[in-house]
Amino acid sequence: MYRYDHYDQAMVDSRVEEFRDQTRRRLEGKLSEDQFKPLRLQNGLYLQLHAYMLRVAIPYGTLSGAQMHALADIAGKYDRGYGHFTTRQNIQYNWIKLEEAPDLLADLARVEMHAIQTSGNCIRNISSDQYAGAIADEIIDPRPYAELLRQWSSFHPEFLALPRKFKIAVIASQTDRAAMKLHDIGIRMVRNDAGEIGAAFYVGGGMGRTPMIAPCIREFVPVDQLITYSEACLRVYNRYGRRDNKYKARIKILVHELGREEYTRQVEEEFAHLLTQGIEPPLAELERIATFFADPPFETGLADDAVRSDPGFALWLDRNTLPHKQPGYAIAVISLKPVGGIPGDASVEQMHLMADLAMRYSFDECRVTHAQNIVLPHVRKADLFAIWQQLEAAGLGAANLDTVEDIIACPGLDYCSLANARSIPVAQKISRRFADTGKTAELGELKLKISGCINACGHHHAGHIGILGVDRKGTENYQLLLGGSEGDDTSLGKITGPGFDEDGIVDAVERATDVYLARRREGERFLDTYRRVGIDAFKEAIYG
Amino acid sequence: MVELLRFREDEPVADPAVTVDAFSDQSNASAVRLEPGDDARDLLPFLDQLRLVEINFPSFGDGRGYSAARILREAGFDGELRAVGDVLVDQLSHMRRCGFDSFAPEKPFSPADAQAALSRWPQVYQATGDGRRPIWALRHDAQSNG
Ligand code: HEM
Ligand code: SF4
Repeated sequence: MYRYDHYDQAMVDSRVEEFRDQTRRRLEGKLSEDQFKPLRLQNGLYLQLHAYMLRVAIPYGTLSGAQMHALADIAGKYDRGYGHFTTRQNIQYNWIKLEEAPDLLADLARVEMHAIQTSGNCIRNISSDQYAGAIADEIIDPRPYAELLRQWSSFHPEFLALPRKFKIAVIASQTDRAAMKLHDIGIRMVRNDAGEIGAAFYVGGGMGRTPMIAPCIREFVPVDQLITYSEACLRVYNRYGRRDNKYKARIKILVHELGREEYTRQVEEEFAHLLTQGIEPPLAELERIATFFADPPFETGLADDAVRSDPGFALWLDRNTLPHKQPGYAIAVISLKPVGGIPGDASVEQMHLMADLAMRYSFDECRVTHAQNIVLPHVRKADLFAIWQQLEAAGLGAANLDTVEDIIACPGLDYCSLANARSIPVAQKISRRFADTGKTAELGELKLKISGCINACGHHHAGHIGILGVDRKGTENYQLLLGGSEGDDTSLGKITGPGFDEDGIVDAVERATDVYLARRREGERFLDTYRRVGIDAFKEAIYG
Repeated sequence: MVELLRFREDEPVADPAVTVDAFSDQSNASAVRLEPGDDARDLLPFLDQLRLVEINFPSFGDGRGYSAARILREAGFDGELRAVGDVLVDQLSHMRRCGFDSFAPEKPFSPADAQAALSRWPQVYQATGDGRRPIWALRHDAQSNG
């Protein structure tokens, strides 16, 4: 894992002091709320329905045990005993007091963490593949590149007042587990014919009210030009992105309006110019960063299977663990989706337990996934049973990864000031329904995602089944979408028809899954059957 | 309260800055004012005659002027680059990094706040042409010096 040196630490410490000073000026009335807003937003502090919400950055989703412990302590000290892990691999606290926020940031800085640029119109926390460094299918660990970009984008003076927020994801495998093409910039590390590493750039993806899949604007940017190329992409956006209408201000609209070719031409021109400016860190810096991500000291000659005598454990093993690149090890996923629970929530005690498990069994590392779960990336298979037992005892043993119970949901009307409808209770009812009918396992991989409004924080466009909360004449109403995907075959879901009330949407989801069970062919997932038979068969069953 | 904060030794230009349109008509002015929608690159053929470029920030949230400033500096402009309009004290150090060397904020700030804002960052992560050595350069200096 990356560790701060004195330079990184000084930057984060300075930021805490800056924010302490800004908060003081706000509380003394020297700054108006209008002036303070962009400053607090660049430190992750939102004003929500009931209180301030603070979003903490978890760069590329990677955490040490000590950091997870610190997040737990913060949940106890400044919040009401919970943290909420988000689809952008971050954590949010929903009950923060402005006066205490500077102290909270200081607590974070002590464990090399921060809330810098987790909101506002700037480059946000950089996300990545949650299985980086552990999965066999990657060509290289994407995180050193993400860290290089993190440093470049932190306090980048030219890009702190962009037209709109800017999200970057970096992956390094053909399998996309980070919804890379739904980011403002998606980067896929690739190897060219000569065997050299480079970056393919996908620019102009996004969700929100106008979802778009990012087109590839360059197949191969050499690694020693990565920062320069990114800077060119951003500069063209900063200069020409729309600022007249905040709903048209994301880079996806610019790329769409200019067209991929014209946007690319402008980037290439800026890139050629910037190459003369000496802004690229030397490769030695990338190498320095990469040493932090070297493999941990894996043991060799370990047994490559786990004892399956306990049926509950066997279920969890099949559902929540993945093959590791190293024989004798597994990737284990802790589901934060207990049946009837709040997706992505973890209590202080649960966070401490996950931190302990990371320290004891996973080389002191864990990850946050964009599906709001936690990964123990490097676990000996022989330890899986002990881990599962401890998870079970803490209410963290749900064996439902990637199933219909593994729902992504945004905070919705329970917390969010922009919401049209509640998301959390819908998620709770759906997971209970499928747990009660016992169909979860039979349905297999089924990604269900819920947003409480058109901003799409819950990725509903990209769900095999998506649910969108809308406001219909003052009452909460839910639209159903089918056929979205955020994987390699990224696609956007289609609305089936008129919306439903809260119970109606749960029934509609169940009817959609019944169509799948009736019509599926050998080996087909829900999404495959949907793509083969088309939306009409589903509409018929849903609306009758 | 500071009304004009300047980081230059030379005498300030006395002439008022003209708009880009006016400049392209008469083009013997030595001071010009860029609005967010103007293309800084239109000025590049005239940099030798320009002694002051004002970049207007009608609203602090419109960051186009940061790119305009860097583009002028990258092209070798060494006259005065002044940020005017809704310039907030918390933006000072970032503006300095983009090449601004004078500030005429609409709402003047206190010298103490300006001083605090400017000395906030011990180091920087990026090379922006302002002469500061980024952290990555310092790191590798340190290594090669043993
Ligand atoms: C509760 C406070 C929140 C507010 C006020 C908020 C606000 C917004 C807004 C306005 C957008 C649309 C941006 C646009 O289209 O330009 C958006 C998009 C998004 N938000 Fe949130 N959000 C909140 C919480 C969250 C949470 C908890 C998550 C993660 C679970 C999240 C993840 C996202 C994602 C993934 C997008 C889509 C990104 C895209 O359009 O590319 N947000 N949010
Ligand atoms: S999707 Fe809408 S309701 Fe949900 S968190 Fe985002 S802004 Fe709030």
